[in-house]
Amino acid sequence: MELVLSAGIGVLTASGVWLLFRPRTYQVIIGLSLLSYAVNLFIFGMGRLRVNAPPVLEPGGVGGLLTHTDPIPQALVLTAIVIGFAMTALFLVVLLASRGFTGTDHVDGRE
Amino acid sequence: MNWLHHLIILPILLPIITAAALIPVDERNRTLKGVIAFTSTVVVFIISLLLMRMAASSGEGETGASVYLLGNWPAPFGIVLVLDRLSALMLVLTGVLAMATQVFSMAKWHRAGYHFHSLFQLMLAGLNGAFLTGDLFNLFVFFEMMLAASYGLLLHGSGPMRVKAGLHYIAVNLAASSLFLIGVSLIYGATGTLNMADLAMRISTVGPESRMLMEAGAALLGIAFLVKAGMWPLGFWLPATYSAATPPVAAIFAILTKVGVYILLRLSMLLFGSDAGASFGFGQSVLLYGGLLTIGFGAIGVLASQAMGRLAGYCVLVSSGTLMAAIGLGNGAVIGGALFYLVSSTLTICAFFLLIELVERARDAGADVLAVTMEAYGDVDENEDEKEGGVAVPGTMAVLGLCFCTCAILLSGLPPLSGFLAKFAMLHGVFNPGSFGGDAPVSGAEWTYTALLILSGLAAMIAMNRVGIRTFWTSIEGTIPRVFLIEITPVLLLLAACVFLSFQAGPAMRYMDATAKSLGEPQNYIGRVMSAPRAGPAAGE
Repeated sequence: MELVLSAGIGVLTASGVWLLFRPRTYQVIIGLSLLSYAVNLFIFGMGRLRVNAPPVLEPGGVGGLLTHTDPIPQALVLTAIVIGFAMTALFLVVLLASRGFTGTDHVDGRE
Repeated sequence: MNWLHHLIILPILLPIITAAALIPVDERNRTLKGVIAFTSTVVVFIISLLLMRMAASSGEGETGASVYLLGNWPAPFGIVLVLDRLSALMLVLTGVLAMATQVFSMAKWHRAGYHFHSLFQLMLAGLNGAFLTGDLFNLFVFFEMMLAASYGLLLHGSGPMRVKAGLHYIAVNLAASSLFLIGVSLIYGATGTLNMADLAMRISTVGPESRMLMEAGAALLGIAFLVKAGMWPLGFWLPATYSAATPPVAAIFAILTKVGVYILLRLSMLLFGSDAGASFGFGQSVLLYGGLLTIGFGAIGVLASQAMGRLAGYCVLVSSGTLMAAIGLGNGAVIGGALFYLVSSTLTICAFFLLIELVERARDAGADVLAVTMEAYGDVDENEDEKEGGVAVPGTMAVLGLCFCTCAILLSGLPPLSGFLAKFAMLHGVFNPGSFGGDAPVSGAEWTYTALLILSGLAAMIAMNRVGIRTFWTSIEGTIPRVFLIEITPVLLLLAACVFLSFQAGPAMRYMDATAKSLGEPQNYIGRVMSAPRAGPAAGE
């Protein structure tokens, strides 16, 4: 599982960075999205990979560290997802505005 | 716990409430919105002053930080707001800048688009939050809040230039935010905490296998802030963005680079100070040499730019380069001067951005293009209007010219104003480390710093002279700008604040030195945060 996760983060980051450096605004926004997915997975991974362990306490007693997973990275991921999503939406609007003003989808507004 | 303690949360809460309350108000009532927003800013400013007094009074003996536990959870588990001298200073500075730019915007610029005042208030909340927070992840949240509002403000007024600049600015900052998150999560993965004070305690005990991860995280985090502060290879977006923004927005953006500098200062002093064990002084040389390169790049840019907007943008780079290098020197005596420089240069640049717009109303659109051509082919109309006894200077131009001269003096660091005092204080610190360090000989980097500091002043002076002569002496026949009283007053007040700072340099420097001293002793900060008392009945547990 570690291998799959790390390979996934790596592929997402690599594709994201490559797209980020492309000259079309749409490529840039997809690159940024892929990058933010990679970052979210990365944060998640920093809480260590645990299978079948809840991040919250269950009713009927406090469990030990063995039966629970670290809740903080999950809370962080949630925040990061929300913020990243809002930023992508905003960027999309700016992208369209730029397209409307310049008539091209080049990041510099001209070919 | 007295009521004053609860004031700490207000610089964040009040702007958010105001911003939300202003959204449903119809855009036609802009003046009303402006007045409400301005009132809120003034209240926050007064609160900031109270907080500053609180931070300053709480310690000759114990330079204390006040800690506010959000949700009343004890420190490493809950999130905290921490008020110390440094954050109080930044709050007050933000307040001054915000009041000035807000009044300026009410003349006409807030009419250029929707929800100007709401966005402005949200940015203030983000700024104040970033200065007050004592937790890395909350720092991210406040940072994003500030950035999100700044995207909106940058696009305020729309137009192809702003949208293009906004596109680049948003892309750069989103990428930097990703780095920020990776850095934060690496640090969490290696140390298991996000509370800055707790982190500072654990950093010396991190094992060698995690230390590399932790330092990689700190480096990534640092890059995110260096992008914001505009360090040399990372700051190319800055002059274009700042010169494209509407004047009041560009003026308040002067503090955004200082957020990067503030956090770099805070984290490097807190995490990698004398108690950091193997990580002592981590990243200092990067800050030092990066800062030096930034000063050099900024100074060249200042000399090369023809338009005043770009000139001011490069001045921002010079200012943050100077501060980064000062942090990188790792000398407490320089930090005190650097803080003074931070306040002085931010006020100056803010005033300069506001002034530019007023001055440029007098120039026709092609003037900048013309200026380049004139440089290339020599002045064609050299002897055109040589009247005996000179020409009468209209009153408006006289006031604007006076402000421009003051800006030039402050930016180039000439006596007698605060720009000079700030540079003097920093150089004094370089050559007399005093109680902060032994009698180590002045190193090559410190000589370079000294030389660059003086040369950048020279560059600013040359550029300002050239622009000033072109604007005020050669275009007297041009149209005289119509300037409203509420537009020139903020500029005058900002410059008056610099003059005041020059007269009150003694008390101000004492405050800055005490701030630098408390930054050099992170144990105090850590102790206060970790042992912060809980409020209410829970305290007895």
